[in-house]
Formats: sequence, structure tokens, C-alpha cells
Amino acid sequence: MADSAAIPSLPGRARAAEATPRRDRRPIRVEAGRWLPWLLPTLVITGWQAAASLGLVSTRFMPAPLDVAAAGYRLALTGELFENLWVSFARAASGFLIGGGIGLFFGLANGLSRLSERLTDTTLQMVRNVPHLSLIPLVILWFGIDEEAKLFLVALGVFFPIYANTLHGIRSVDPQLIEMGRVYGMNRRELFARVVLPGALPSIFVGIRYALGIMWLTLIVAETISANSGLGYMAMQAREFMLVDVVVLAILIYAGLGKLADSLTRALERTCLAWNPAYRNS
Amino acid sequence: MTAALRLTDIQDRHRPERGLGITLRGLSKSFEGGPAVIRGLDLDVPAGQFVAVVGRSGCGKSTLLRLILGLEAPSAGRITLSGGEPTTRIMFQEPRLLPWARVADNVAVGLSRDIGAAERRARARDVLAEVGLADKAGQWPATLSGGQRQRVALARALVSRPALLALDEPLGALDALTRIDMQAMIERIWESQGFTAILVTHDVGEAVAMADRILVIEEGQVALDLDVEVPRPRRRGDPALAALEGRILDRLLVRT
Repeated sequence: MADSAAIPSLPGRARAAEATPRRDRRPIRVEAGRWLPWLLPTLVITGWQAAASLGLVSTRFMPAPLDVAAAGYRLALTGELFENLWVSFARAASGFLIGGGIGLFFGLANGLSRLSERLTDTTLQMVRNVPHLSLIPLVILWFGIDEEAKLFLVALGVFFPIYANTLHGIRSVDPQLIEMGRVYGMNRRELFARVVLPGALPSIFVGIRYALGIMWLTLIVAETISANSGLGYMAMQAREFMLVDVVVLAILIYAGLGKLADSLTRALERTCLAWNPAYRNS
Repeated sequence: MTAALRLTDIQDRHRPERGLGITLRGLSKSFEGGPAVIRGLDLDVPAGQFVAVVGRSGCGKSTLLRLILGLEAPSAGRITLSGGEPTTRIMFQEPRLLPWARVADNVAVGLSRDIGAAERRARARDVLAEVGLADKAGQWPATLSGGQRQRVALARALVSRPALLALDEPLGALDALTRIDMQAMIERIWESQGFTAILVTHDVGEAVAMADRILVIEEGQVALDLDVEVPRPRRRGDPALAALEGRILDRLLVRT
């Protein structure tokens, strides 16, 4: 299975390696390749600034990028920005670790044990079909607007993608490799550590990526609806006082945080899945 | 140069006697109420012999191999492996390498877990040199060609110096030239190490070129048991081999 995935990408890479040294255009191409993803955001922000400066859009509803930057600077000086950023980050991270940890645990347990699967999978699938954000009123009743409420929602949201993808990953490990491990004298623990877990890892990473998206989404909604600190709260407060620049600032920070989380996962994938040609040069 | 050295080495040295003898008595196997795949099979394989098992698809030859290795339990009958420690290894039709382990680590899978890290590395390196892949030790399997992967699988099977090597159509997926190279390599290593080899194959030509003895299996029984008397090293296209191949093919093609 891994072999067939490897084959199509090889000719392409070989061709690229042949083409570049001959024309000696490699440095330019690498530089261009590196900055290319940022071209579009830069154009959008420049255009937006131009439109605001020329008075094409009303800065009352859509502040210019420079105003947003100024708001960021202002809030950074008072320390408000970093405090809220830290609070949000801590919530996201701890909710992710708790929910992801439980998801990983059940995914592994149900992937490895028929009994465990029969016992819990049906229940988990039923709970999964409840949109976790619909629990917000209930969660507020239970926990008020304290930290537990946010942790609970984030953990719940993050749980399912990691659970489902871990389970799927373990199920789809090549049975021929497992037979090989057995024949070559691996015991259960070795079989898990050397065959099953590495084989499930690409799928687990897919789960982590999904989970990261859900993590931010859940946190923003939870903080917007009920909180007294954090980025979502900062944005809601700003809306009360018609501080549009702060609202936009909060949204942009979310975009940045999302990109950061994604980049971290990619870096982790590249390290952990270096054996897989699909991840090596992405 | 090293290859030439090794060849004279083999000719001078007495061939080590450390293969397993195999005795099968009244061996039968059926799967969950189905018809018997192996029916009352008797067989004696002396230690160090190279046996090829040929037959049509579904004749039970792979099951026979799995029974001898203990991967399946017989429904009736007895399997005795005699002489030396019963270390057996199998090489599958697919390389079955761990894609997430480098070549040397894949080879080390074949070693006992009690061996220290330094020795594991050294032995993996030695056996990789033997299959001509010393320079690939640090590579990922995905970067190797099909033939190279199968050579790594061979190295993994050989690294623990087994007394019985089972080859379950290991060359079936390779192109014709690579297959001939691999046949020569397996034959050379078998000659130098002295293990008992059982090769299951569809390719009668391959069986005749490599084996001391050929078993034709039909409907779970030995239909034909032939010794290949042609001395080694054998030359491709040798008329005696061709005649033998023709005889076996005739037998296989008569019944449909």
C-alpha cells in the first residue's frame, strides 16, 4: 500500500531535480516558491489599505490595515492583548490535550480490542452526531462562564476527529505487515510499537489537523458567547464600544493562530513521517 | 573482485551442514469444514536440500509451506523438523518491509531481540553487503526499486542465519532479468550457508534452475518427485534442464 503511494510521486521529483541544475535557475525559484503563498494576503491588505486611504470604503465599518495595526500596538502596550491571547491559547491547548488524549486513548483501545470497540463505539458514534456547540446553553448552566465550560467544549469538539482517525488508522494498517511481524517473532508490544502505531500515524495526523480547526472554532464561539477574558471576549467588548479596529484585529489574530497551528503540525508530520514520500517535500 | 574472491571461497570450503531435515507423515489440512487442501502427504527432505514445490494455483503448495513453518496447524498428521536449532525464516511474495524503518533497521527485524544494538547494526550491514546493498543501509524502502526491496527482504530472512528458509514465490513480481539475478544470488547464498530451502513457485523454469529436487503438487498430494541431477553452476538453456522443464510442464498441463 505504501509502495503504491510512493511510486507516482517519484518520477515527478526526479524530473524536477533534472531540470533545475541545467538552467541554473534554482536560487530564484526557491526564493519565489517560498514567498509565493504570501503574495495573495499581501495584495489583499495593500488593496484594502489603498481603498481605505482613498475613501472608497467607510472606515467606520471597515478600518484600514494601518488602523488595525495601531490598535494592536495600543493593546500590546497596555498588556491587554497578550493577556487575552495567552488566556485563549491556554484554553485551546489544554482543551486540545484533554480531548485529544481521550480521543487517542479510545481510538487505540477500540482499534486494538474488539471487546472495547463493541462496548464503546456505538455510544461514541451516537454522541458524535450531536453538534457539540448545541450544548452551549447546557454547559453554561452546568459550569457558568468559567474555564471548565470552555475546556469542556473544546475537548469535546477535538475528541471525535482524533478518535475516528486513530481508529481508522489502526484498522487500515497493512495486515501483511502484521503477519510479517508475527512470523518474525515480534510480541504484542513490539508489534504495536513497530508496526501498528507507525502505520496509523499518517491517519492520526489527519485527525490532529481536523481537530485543530475545530479547536479554534469552538473556542471562538464559546468565548464570544460567554467569557470574561480571551480573544473572543476582547472582540465582543470592542463591538460594544464600536471599536471596529479591535474586532478586525481579533479576527486577524485568529487567522494567524490557525496558520501557526497548521505549520507546527506540518513540521511535526515532516519529522514523524519522513519515510513517506507524500510528506517529505510538502 | 570481491565476487570472484567469494566464489573461490565457496568452492574451497566444505559446505556447512546446518540445515533442518523435514519429515511429514500423513499430513492433512482443511479449512473450516471445506475440502482438504493437503491430503495425507508423506515427505522426507534431508538437511540442506533445495526443494522446489510447483503446481497449479490452489493446489495447496503455499499451505504446505505454511504448515511446515508452523504458521498453520495441521488437521491431521505429523511434522518433524530435525537437526540443529529449528530457526526458520520465510520470504514472502511481497517484500513486506516496514516503510517507516530504514533499510538496516528492516533487516534487523530478522534478528533476535536479545542481541545488542551495535551487533545488530554490524550483522545487518554484513548481510546487506552479501545481497549487494551495503550502500543502501540508511535509505527508506520507498526509495528502492522492486528488486532492491526484495533483496532487503532476503537479507532480513538471512540475517539470523536460519536453518530452514521458506521462499513463497518471492520472485514472482519481479521483471525477468532481475529475477535471474535474484535466482543466482539465492543459489549462491544457499550454497555458502547450507540451510534447507523450500521454494514455492509458479515458474517451472525457475524451479529447474535452482532446486536439487522438484515436487509437483496436485490436489494436496505429491504427484511427481524428481531429482535434478544437473551439476552446479547451471547454465541457462542447458538441454537437460529444458527437457526436465518440459516433462514437468506436460504433467501440469495434462489435467485442466
